[in-house]
Amino acid sequence: MCLAVPGKVVAIDASADPLSGLIDFGGVRKQACLEYVPDVRVGEYVIVHVGFALQRLDEESALASLKLFEELGLLEEEFGDAWEQAAKEAGTAAVAEHQDSGSDAR
Amino acid sequence: MKYIDEFNDPDLARRLLDEIRATATRPWALMEVCGGQTHSIIRHGIDQLLPEQVELIHGPGCPVCVTPLEIIDKALEIASRPGVIFCSFGDMLRVPGTDRDLFRVKGEGGDVRVVYSPLDALELARSNPDREVVFFAIGFETTAPANAMAVHQARRLGLANFSLLVSHVRVPPAIEAIMSAPACRVQGFLAAGHVCSVMGTAEYPELAERFGVPLVVTGFEPLDILEGIRRAVRQLESGEHRVENAYARAVREDGNPAAVRMIEEVFEVTDRSWRGIGRIPSSGWRLTDAFRAFDAEHRFDVTRIRTEEPAECRSGDVLQGLIKPTECSAFGTTCTPRTPLGATMVSSEGACAAYYLYRRMNAPTPQATRAAREEMNPVA
Repeated sequence: MCLAVPGKVVAIDASADPLSGLIDFGGVRKQACLEYVPDVRVGEYVIVHVGFALQRLDEESALASLKLFEELGLLEEEFGDAWEQAAKEAGTAAVAEHQDSGSDAR
Repeated sequence: MKYIDEFNDPDLARRLLDEIRATATRPWALMEVCGGQTHSIIRHGIDQLLPEQVELIHGPGCPVCVTPLEIIDKALEIASRPGVIFCSFGDMLRVPGTDRDLFRVKGEGGDVRVVYSPLDALELARSNPDREVVFFAIGFETTAPANAMAVHQARRLGLANFSLLVSHVRVPPAIEAIMSAPACRVQGFLAAGHVCSVMGTAEYPELAERFGVPLVVTGFEPLDILEGIRRAVRQLESGEHRVENAYARAVREDGNPAAVRMIEEVFEVTDRSWRGIGRIPSSGWRLTDAFRAFDAEHRFDVTRIRTEEPAECRSGDVLQGLIKPTECSAFGTTCTPRTPLGATMVSSEGACAAYYLYRRMNAPTPQATRAAREEMNPVA
């Protein structure tokens, strides 16, 4: 969670409070808060950390970082199923019914 | 040769390594502060590609690793209570407390949920008015603006069932503590890029001056890290010690002022304990009095927690750069990602996990390291 992942702003919801937008992280799309980069535009790249855009980034750097993070397996860590991952690491089955209560908030 | 071919621009990597090699005439020890940088370094074998005069020491920049055992135990206690929805980032699930972890608490019936953002936890509080929703607010300066916004919104919306279990830490006092330690060998820092994306670089010139160390703000890609090392070594060789920004595409000198304003409205500086390291003055944030009602430690009675650190675990020494992970006798034997003794082994950004993951299982002796470096050296 320490890493901030670059993504492309594909839509902005100007009526949201706080200001938010849809960000594309190399195919995975998630909403992020844009309150700290209020003048960002659709098509620009931003660095997103725990659902908050923190700074702009140029496209070339953003794409290079995304490629690296994918190679390091960090995109899976950031956006994948944390319960399954924890179960895998623990060498046990995933905690039962996590889909009902754990994944809905993601 | 294996590693350098994996760089996205191997030619540039070779040129940077050439310049580092040509510049470094004496031994220098640099610390990369960020756990993400540590993983990138080990994954790409940057430490092995460097000339033997330049040593990288891994720093304490993994928020999961430095969250103190006492706070983990408080999280486990709160998460076990009926009526509580305990929200956390996924990488805290398997961080060991004194006798269990959040993953186990969930298995025992606790309502532990993984969220991507603190705003997701806020939404859970809004949609579950009859439950207490607690968010585990850990992290460095990069995470603080998000957590600050969540609690700010909670107050604005009048959500009385939302609180934060806060364990925020700050990088500059950690640098100060590392440099003040008698056994410190660090002569320069690769400062964490995304921390500076938020905070800017204003806190660093005083540290560079006081301790006589270069501080080079550095990104996460292999070429970013080589460039940070190149600049730090160049300063050291010429007897300089100042702040340089080698990650200008994401870091402005004043950081993100809107984010800093929000942090300062919600949090105030406080002393914090760091797991394995101990108390560092002014090294963290806590909620201000105006937001104290949203502090989970005030809302729940968690004062009777008794913690017990595993005696074998030397993660504190690893986090301070005093030993490499492989110098711990538990590494790879009693301590593995499956049976972690400390957070540095379980966190995706932990130094021990990086060494384990990238097969640094049998650490060569220093002599063997030199031989291995020569053997691997792509440009010698």
